[in-house]
Amino acid sequence: MDEKTIEVNPITRIEGHARVTIHLSDDGAVKEARFHVTDFRGFEKICEGRPFYEMPGIMSRICGICPVSHLLASAKACDEILAVNIPEAAVLLRRLMHIGQIIQSHALSFFYLSAPDFLICVDADPSKRNIFGLIEKYPDVAKQGIKLRSFGQKIIEYLAGRRIHSSEWIVPGGVRTPLSKEKSDRIRSEYDSAMKIASENILRFKDILEKLSGELENLGDFPTYYMGLVTSKGDLEHYDGWIRIVDCNGQVIAGHLDPKKYYEYIGESVEPWSYMKFPYYKPLGYPDGIYRVGPLARLNVASKCGTPLADGELKEFRKLGRNGVVQNTFLYHYARLIEILFCIEKVEEILDNPETYSENIWARASVNRYEGVGVAEAPRGTLIHHYKTDKYGIVKRSNLIIATEHNNLAYNMAITQVAKKYIRDETINEGLLNRVEAIIRALDPCLSCATHTWNSIALDVILYDSKGKILDRVTR
Amino acid sequence: MSVSSPVKIKIDGVEVTTYEGDTILSAAKRAGIYIPTLCYLDGLSSYGGCRLCIVEVKGSPKLFPSCTTPVSNGIEIITNSEKLRKFRKLTLELILSEKPHICSICVANGHCELQDLAKEFGVDHLRIEREWTAHKIDLTHDFLVIDHNRCILCARCIRACDEIEGVHVLDMKMRGKDSQVIIDMDEDWASSRSCTSCRKCAMVCPVGAIYVRDKPFSEIKDKEIAKFILSRRGS
Repeated sequence: MDEKTIEVNPITRIEGHARVTIHLSDDGAVKEARFHVTDFRGFEKICEGRPFYEMPGIMSRICGICPVSHLLASAKACDEILAVNIPEAAVLLRRLMHIGQIIQSHALSFFYLSAPDFLICVDADPSKRNIFGLIEKYPDVAKQGIKLRSFGQKIIEYLAGRRIHSSEWIVPGGVRTPLSKEKSDRIRSEYDSAMKIASENILRFKDILEKLSGELENLGDFPTYYMGLVTSKGDLEHYDGWIRIVDCNGQVIAGHLDPKKYYEYIGESVEPWSYMKFPYYKPLGYPDGIYRVGPLARLNVASKCGTPLADGELKEFRKLGRNGVVQNTFLYHYARLIEILFCIEKVEEILDNPETYSENIWARASVNRYEGVGVAEAPRGTLIHHYKTDKYGIVKRSNLIIATEHNNLAYNMAITQVAKKYIRDETINEGLLNRVEAIIRALDPCLSCATHTWNSIALDVILYDSKGKILDRVTR
Repeated sequence: MSVSSPVKIKIDGVEVTTYEGDTILSAAKRAGIYIPTLCYLDGLSSYGGCRLCIVEVKGSPKLFPSCTTPVSNGIEIITNSEKLRKFRKLTLELILSEKPHICSICVANGHCELQDLAKEFGVDHLRIEREWTAHKIDLTHDFLVIDHNRCILCARCIRACDEIEGVHVLDMKMRGKDSQVIIDMDEDWASSRSCTSCRKCAMVCPVGAIYVRDKPFSEIKDKEIAKFILSRRGS
């Protein structure tokens, strides 16, 4: 080993466990940075031998933050195995639940995990730069975050009876119980305050952007392709639709890909230093086929949102990019806020639709196909569940591609960019540490999902010299 | 139960008058004294398989399963002591360690008698290494499912099938840890010519081993079914 390595291990305030190594060449310049995901869970193997209809329940246990997305992708794969078109009301109710999920997860990412970085200041003392510091310094913002998250969680609870792992409600073929008018009214009663919080925080974030304008270009600003679901009209979509891929100039390079045939255009590469796989766009090969998913990518691929307020904000958002494509990883936060706005608007749209209250919510069938693929847009990006079963519905093989995995190559690029700017004198400085963390949080990884992992959260940075010897180490 | 000579016993210090041939469990039940049970079900014959209903009998160092032990004049029974709680807890741990029981993804979660008992006796972890070997799941029937990974071999289904439905489709094969509930001559459920698909096995299953697909477990389960049918039959 004739290069030096800096290691950040583990990374804090993300879901899961990871470390970062930064490799220096002999002249001390940054060669590359690697985002290592260090744990393995093996959900794809666990589910073998289980009945297909247990998959939503098992797979949603991958994550406590976004169980609904796993539930949906899994249930959609099971719908395929049943070979049914689920009733319209079931689609609407599943969408409503997913909206609740996106609102709560985005609020968690923005207010709980990332806001301390940009509200308290990225260079502040780590012991103050957390949710408790936020509560102390900006109690109103913290309260807003908690309230917005609670709005999303309550939608899930009103529909499914519980906020986390509500796996009994979503079933292959539909949902188990309809939405009552009473529950609908309870959701409506909190609608206005949620909308107010979302709008206020968009304004607040724009102020922050102005203050950060000098630094933004070093926070993960690099070209990649972008992937996300869009409706048949090309609008923003989270539950169903078509996969669209655009390049960094906004050109649609694949506009109407069938999500069920993801394996035809998405390849999965592996590296010996990470348990997280490296998906890439097959026609461009590995690693040139690097693409990003998630809120930023969804807004880049969509022609428009399809709701008035979110569309207004999308126009503002696009001004920050080139040719309408926003490259900066830090702007994932902005995209997240726009999606929250979009989702709140969608809540009203769904609650106003009389079909939402129909009692025709479950298409019952037995195993009609031995294979099913379910794709949904999880808060962190495109989520793919793929099962193969025997003729009775026992799962023989499964494959999952999780949102965070799609961004794996982008993590390495973003961290490399930050490292190049902030590595000085072959030592780990706070500036580097904080920005590496901040950029990873902007992408909002969920590693427990991505390695299908569970572990504690902390930060450890290790610097290696050219012989592989540890020069410096910082642990939080 | 035919009328027979009265028998006087003491349960937890309370004098109870019962009759010859009665079991300790049923005498205690009539006297309103709680003894935890798992394999026992009102209306089915007693099996004495789970050992949850063990009681102490004064003067004997042994523990007795109350569901199968007949009363005898003058015995004094203790249904709740430190020793009994210790053994009952261990019994639950042994049952739980035998199969890969995972409540969070089980159809019976929240409606499971084993889970309720584990809660009652404070089984929040197992001191015994668990057996993780996967067992077969029979999905061949149109709507009934048997998942051997969750079966605790209480034989309620076998007794309900035999004594209430009267078809004896279900039985037990092998012994000890290899024991398994079988359908007819150890066939797939779909191949069974004697099963009437009456669902009573699912109604009486205390855990999530036998269930009706697509039905919430709370709707399937009916602990009163055997007693109800027997009372209507006048037996």
